[in-house]
This record gives sequence, C-alpha cells and structure tokens, in this order.
Amino acid sequence: MKITRNDVEHVARLARLRFSEDQLEVFTSQLNDILAYFDKLQKLDTTSVEPSSHAVNLTNVFREDVVTASIPEEESLKNAPASERGCFRVPKVIEG
Amino acid sequence: MEYETIIGLEVHAQLLTDSKIFCGCSTSFGESPNHLTCPVCLGMPGVLPVLNKKVVELTIKTALATDCNIAPYSQFARKNYFYPDLPKGYQISQYELPLARNGYLEIEMEKEKRHKKIGITRIHMEEDAGKLLHELDGKPADYSYVDFNRTGVPLMEIVSEPDINTPEEAGEYLRVLRAILQYLEVCDGNMEQGSFRCDANISLRPKGMKGLGTKVELKNMNSFRHVMRALEYEIQRQAVVLDSGEKIRQETRLWNADQGITESMRSKEEAHDYRYFPDPDLVPLVVDDAWVDQIRQSLPELPTARQERFVKEYQIPDYDAHILTAVRQLADYFEACVRLGAQPKAVSNWVMGDILRRVPDTRLIGAFSVTPAHLAEMLGMIDAGTISGKIAKAVFEDMVTSGRMPAAIVADKGLVQVSDEGALEKAVKEVLDAHAEKAEEYRQGKEKLFGFFVGLVMKATQGKANPQMVTELLRKKLAG
Ligand SMILES: [Zn+2]
Repeated sequence: MKITRNDVEHVARLARLRFSEDQLEVFTSQLNDILAYFDKLQKLDTTSVEPSSHAVNLTNVFREDVVTASIPEEESLKNAPASERGCFRVPKVIEG
Repeated sequence: MEYETIIGLEVHAQLLTDSKIFCGCSTSFGESPNHLTCPVCLGMPGVLPVLNKKVVELTIKTALATDCNIAPYSQFARKNYFYPDLPKGYQISQYELPLARNGYLEIEMEKEKRHKKIGITRIHMEEDAGKLLHELDGKPADYSYVDFNRTGVPLMEIVSEPDINTPEEAGEYLRVLRAILQYLEVCDGNMEQGSFRCDANISLRPKGMKGLGTKVELKNMNSFRHVMRALEYEIQRQAVVLDSGEKIRQETRLWNADQGITESMRSKEEAHDYRYFPDPDLVPLVVDDAWVDQIRQSLPELPTARQERFVKEYQIPDYDAHILTAVRQLADYFEACVRLGAQPKAVSNWVMGDILRRVPDTRLIGAFSVTPAHLAEMLGMIDAGTISGKIAKAVFEDMVTSGRMPAAIVADKGLVQVSDEGALEKAVKEVLDAHAEKAEEYRQGKEKLFGFFVGLVMKATQGKANPQMVTELLRKKLAG
C-alpha cells in the first residue's frame, strides 16, 4: 500500500489541520517510510501468534462506581484559548 | 406505487451509575457548566481511563433481558471525529467486538392482536459527548459554548434489526424497550432529559421486492410521538420522491417538530470516516459464565412475564395486566394492594381510573398520598358494605388531599353507608309519597323513571344509602 498526497490531505482535513505544500510533501514521504516498516513486519511468520491490540497481557481492569472529586472549573478552563461564563468558547458551530 | 417500509432503530440509553464511565466525576444532572470534569474526561494528555465495572454489569443485565449472546471477549475502540463537544477528538466506544449481539424483544400490537419479534443486532457501551450551547441569555450568540459535564457519562447503544415496518411498531418497540430498561433499573428512560434517545433508519421498497432501498437516517426526535410522526412524514416524502422516478439520497435528516417535517442536514462527504481502531488505553474485557450467571440471578421479573402472571394469578383481563405492568412501580403498587387482601379486579379498576388520572407519571406512584394500605382499606370497606362505591369516590378525594386513612375519614365525616332497612324504607316511602304522580307513571310503564327515584333516595340520604338495598326497596314499593 502506498500513501498518496491525497490521503494526507484527506486525513489532515478530518483532523482540521492545514499544511503547506512543503509539509504535505514531507508527511507523505514520512508516512510511506513508516508503512515500509510494516512491510518488513508482514514478512514475519505469525501463524502461531494470536492477534492482539495491546502490548500487555491484561484484561478486566475496573474501577468501582464511586464518585471522586472533580477539579475546580477554573482548572478545567485554564488551558482554553477562550472561555466565558464557565464555558469553553469556540467558533460558532451549528449542527447541520 | 405501493411500498413497504423498513425501519431500524438505534437507542442511546444513559446507564444509571453514580460516576462516569472512565473517571470518578459525578453523572448528576443540572450542575453548572464544567463543574463535573477532570483531566480524564477533559482528554488531557497522559491520563488513563479506567472502566467503571457497573457499566459492564448494567449492560450485561440488558443483554440477558433481551436474549442477546454475551461476548466472552470484547474491546473498546476509538471513533475519531472532530467536533467541539468531543475533547479528545475521539469517542471511546465499541466497534468490531461489542459486548452483546443477536438478541430480540417481542412487541404486542394491540389493534391487530399479534405479537412480533424485533431482532437486536448489538448492544455496546460508550461515552457521551459534551453539550454545545449556541445562545447566551436566550439570544443567539456569535460563538458557541461548550459544557463538558456530560462528557464521559456512560451510554449503552442498542441497535435493532431492520425488522420494523410501521411507525406504530417503532413506537411499541420503544415502549417495550424502555419498560425493560426501567424494570432492570439500568436507565431512567427519560426522553425529554435525553437519558433515552432514539435515531431511526428508514427506507422504502416496492411491495414484494427483495433487497433494501436507500436508507435515510432520522435524528432529533425527543419523544415517542415525535419518532412516530417523523417516520410517518418520511414515508410520505420518500414515496413522493420514488413515484416521481427520482432516487432517495442517502443522508441524515433532522426532525423539525415545529413544522412537522424532516430537513436535510448539510453533510460533508467524509463525515462518516471514523477510522475506528482498538483503544490502547483500555484493556480487553473478558466476561466469563460465572459472572453472567451471577448477574442473571439478580434479574427481576420482566414486564411480559409479569403481565402473563397477573392474568393467571389474579384473573384480571389481559388489557388491565398490560397497562398495570408497563411501569414497574405501578405493577408494584397493584401487587401491594392485592397482597393486603384487596380484590384484584377492584384494585385494577381504581388504579386504571382514578389513580392514573391523579398520577400522570406512574414512576412516581411511590410518593402518592394514597398508598396501597389506603386503597386496600377503602376497598375492604366497600366489600363489607360499610361505604358505597359513591361514598368511596368522596373518601378517595379526601385521601388524595389529606393522606388520612379511609376509616378515619369515614368516621370523621359520618360517611358510613346506611344499610338499616327501617331507615331506608322510610326514605323510600317519603320519596314516593312526594312524587306520587311520577310513581304512577312508572307503574304505567315509564320504566326509565327508576333512576330518578334512586337518585332522589340517594340525595335524601346524602349519598350514604346502600344502593343495592335502595334498588330492592324501590322495586318492591313500586310494584305494590
Ligand atoms: Zn472526569
């Protein structure tokens, strides 16, 4: 599989990122380099290995349904570029 | 052309937990914006979500009640999309390996007197998103505002098979599903507050054809009534489009309740490119038989089973049993009355009449001033002939406002029914003497005057006369 410039533009649009022409070139080639590693991995014989999505062999890590303290609202909003009346303020979005 | 309608429903039900699905923030409703947040639900870098065990248990409960297969191994996935109500840029959900699949529930179509099984494709767990506000002080604002209190509140998504063919069936499916969730105490089922939400997929195909037409997704319906109306509108709309030889566009449409129409949502072509992948922050979920069995033990009797038992055990009509078992609290109320010795059919009549009129939201019947003890005592007094059905109505009204026990009300107000033959005979005689002409008319065959005399005797005794005795005495006197 080869990643095209179109793929990079598409993914960037989904993530609301804007790249320059140069950056698009760089990322396209870098992503293809990464995929090349996977081509290497594909060559390994994994017939006796269970597919997994985790590096650790753990299951069922739970917490009990107990309420713990939330953080103060000022803390929540501290990193927001803009806030107003206890809310994060964002550019106007209308569903639809 | 004649068309067949194919409908599938997606329900999002908020699970009744105290804390969120992956952090300890409270799920309580109505807090000031952003007071129920922490680094985990705000999606700060470096935090680790940890699954709330109760979320899994409530979902397993639902899966058992709907006859689903519970996956021994399931997994959480990231659903990636960009929207300001989603702080992480992805929603933690389940995708390829949901907790439950392949169940069904049975709906009962009252008018057609038939049962129908509606398949359940899957049930999975996920987190809710935040809330976007577009107004400030009731006026449209230049910005949008985000409140993350809802972010991370646990949801269960229940997806039906496209087995539903009419808006009525859709409404019934939702009623049955909601009753089950309320019986299980996994969700409060409040559609207006958004703890029970429904989206619909709907397509039409020429009658008798195989295969599916292009489906349209409907959103923004916040009551059963709106779901049904939106589906009705959409059936008409799609039929007109197809009749004119045009094609249905695959799209999402929003229900506009004010205008009673569905409107196309401007959709971007990549809107559904969610790029799901397993969430590396959350380890796989393994559910063994022992755990499932333990939860199975805790399942309450479900609405359909309870309805059948009510008919058999209490000999009440199916219609009554259906209404009484629709809401668990109402069924509990009915049964408590019967356990206190009241006649089941008499209880049912009072519950479906005066009580439903007084308690529009039957889930709150536990707080009603007329408790099962009140009602059972009053019905006992009717059975014993102490009060008449008519007096009972007055006693009932008093109980509603005062909360006093019926015996106290009857004693206090001197409402005891007059069953003393001598006293009643006197009252009957007085009425007939005062209306001798009418009595004669009756004897000449104007039989509908009978009710007139009954009414007068009841009036003369302030409604306290034993109606059966009055009837008998009147018959005797008028015949003689
Ligand atoms: Zn939190």
